[in-house]
Amino acid sequence: MKHQTFFWFVLPSSLAMLLFIAMPIVSVITQSLYTSHEQVIVEVENCGPFGCTKSVTIDQEATEALRDAEPLGKFAGAENYLNRSHLASGELGVFWTESDGFGDFFSKVFNLPLYRALAFTLTFTFVVTPLTIVLGFIIAVAVNSATQVIRGPLIFFSLLPMIITPLIGSLILFWMVDARGILGHALQWLADDPTLSVKASTPLMWIMLMVYGVWHAAPFAFVVFYAGLQTVNQDTLESAMIDGANRWERIRYVVIPHLVPLVTFVALIQMMDNFRVFEPIVSFAAQAHAQSLSYFIYSDLGGETRLLNSAATTSVLTIIGVGILLSPVLVRTWRDFGKG
Amino acid sequence: MAARTMRQPPFVRFMVISFLVLWLIVAAFPFLWTLWGSFKVEGDFFSKADWANALTGPLTMVETGGQFTGDGYYGAWVQEAFWLAALNTLIVCVCVVTISLTFGTLGGYALSRSTYRYAFWFLLFALMFRAMPPITLVAGYLLPFFEWNLWGHLSTTIIVLVAINQPFTLWMLHSFFKNIPKDLDESAMVDGCTRFQAFRHVIIPVMWPGVITTGLFSFLLAYNDFAVTAMLLSKENQTMVPKIASFLGTTQTKGNVMFAVAAVVSVTAPLFVMVMVFQRQIVSGLTAGAVKG
Repeated sequence: MKHQTFFWFVLPSSLAMLLFIAMPIVSVITQSLYTSHEQVIVEVENCGPFGCTKSVTIDQEATEALRDAEPLGKFAGAENYLNRSHLASGELGVFWTESDGFGDFFSKVFNLPLYRALAFTLTFTFVVTPLTIVLGFIIAVAVNSATQVIRGPLIFFSLLPMIITPLIGSLILFWMVDARGILGHALQWLADDPTLSVKASTPLMWIMLMVYGVWHAAPFAFVVFYAGLQTVNQDTLESAMIDGANRWERIRYVVIPHLVPLVTFVALIQMMDNFRVFEPIVSFAAQAHAQSLSYFIYSDLGGETRLLNSAATTSVLTIIGVGILLSPVLVRTWRDFGKG
Repeated sequence: MAARTMRQPPFVRFMVISFLVLWLIVAAFPFLWTLWGSFKVEGDFFSKADWANALTGPLTMVETGGQFTGDGYYGAWVQEAFWLAALNTLIVCVCVVTISLTFGTLGGYALSRSTYRYAFWFLLFALMFRAMPPITLVAGYLLPFFEWNLWGHLSTTIIVLVAINQPFTLWMLHSFFKNIPKDLDESAMVDGCTRFQAFRHVIIPVMWPGVITTGLFSFLLAYNDFAVTAMLLSKENQTMVPKIASFLGTTQTKGNVMFAVAAVVSVTAPLFVMVMVFQRQIVSGLTAGAVKG
């Protein structure tokens, strides 16, 4: 295809991506280097019949005018990155010298908001991704050995947890594990503790969020693996059987090697999606117990005071995190495709 | 032949069936439970006394006089103007799907036919953009949108969702167009068509299966999005998902959590119908990227 024709064909979509993906990244980086203006403070002298008093007030108009004139704020350099709500370099140094051992050091570090969010996000990503793959694989094998007639309905119901809006799917689960809901009752009965409440306990909340994560993502892994199972070479399976391989050995040495490329694919997609975990925290109202990087940005952006600069800083750090997470895959894609 | 490798001893058969039943319950029961409960009153759906009240609904009988009540639906759709949010969602979804498919087919076609190296780099950048959490981009939109008075409008959100959708659409349509033989459009060009005419008269008639599949996923992205729509739309332009999130803030205090339950069921229903009608396309779309390469 000629260069010129190619250019015109990709123009609309590259323009859209340039304006609304590339430019926002530039905007986020710029904003992260600025901080909002401080309020303009003026000293007013009030003179009454009993002499004069000096008082300090905030000049609302001047503050407003200054903020309107320079909406970006004032240049702050790396200050946003190093302050307490982000990388907290100062605090880290203090903790390092003061704490007596690694355990103490880490427990202090994970009280800092960004590190707490990072810890949850990484735990979520690396617990949910493998569990999703395992569960998806088991469902795929089970559905594949079911009778042809019931496979259609089976796939239909299996798809539901994935197709559902994440915010809504997690709300539905949240209502069920509410202390007054069916799963909440069941948990209380199992634990034999009528006051047990998922909302009030941090570990239970983490587990619940991850259970939701697996429930939501397993259908995707299932569908991919199920499609892969349709292309397993039946002759190889049969010869393995004739050679005396039992059921498990056939899965282990014929089916699983056939599916390995798919596992890489599912793992890649799942890591991208789990790293951005966000909606379940909103639905579960879990912010007191678990915050992800995405939620951290969201809570800065919302609310009365929109902390745009703080949100921008977290965004840049998140993008760097995604980059690190994906770098092995990118390098591999580059090597595989780039030469061809 | 295949049957022999598939034959199972009774024990394995039992395990498989019980696992499938268990999985079906896990996958589908929450939806049935919520659907049933949405026709009860709050005292039954969230029952302190006995969880079975949500099934039998004694308080629903007392409060409304019937087995089932549509109060939650009335409250959500009429009182809280959920119909407006539904209308907004409809507008957003239709526009996003149309625009991103138009952009995506043109781009995806060009990418699948170009033999130059920059096409590969283009796709690699798209993959990186696909990995970006949307909320990080939202942090970049807010300030410029406030400054230029773009914030809060449906049209802004539509174009933002189109852009966020593009990387995925491009990848999917690219791999789809790769499977349409090159000879098809090239022979048209030998016969004197320009590239665009070949695309218009030869490729467009055969591309619909791939476009429908991609369109389904574009629709899902627009319909399911929360991060972008919650941050970029003003209150009167809210779509359904952020509207439900705002129910949680306001109505829980009023004791009308049933509005949210009814709204949740209302949002889920179209998705159910969609999966029922397009199950085959969804499955093929999910596997397109993976199985072929």
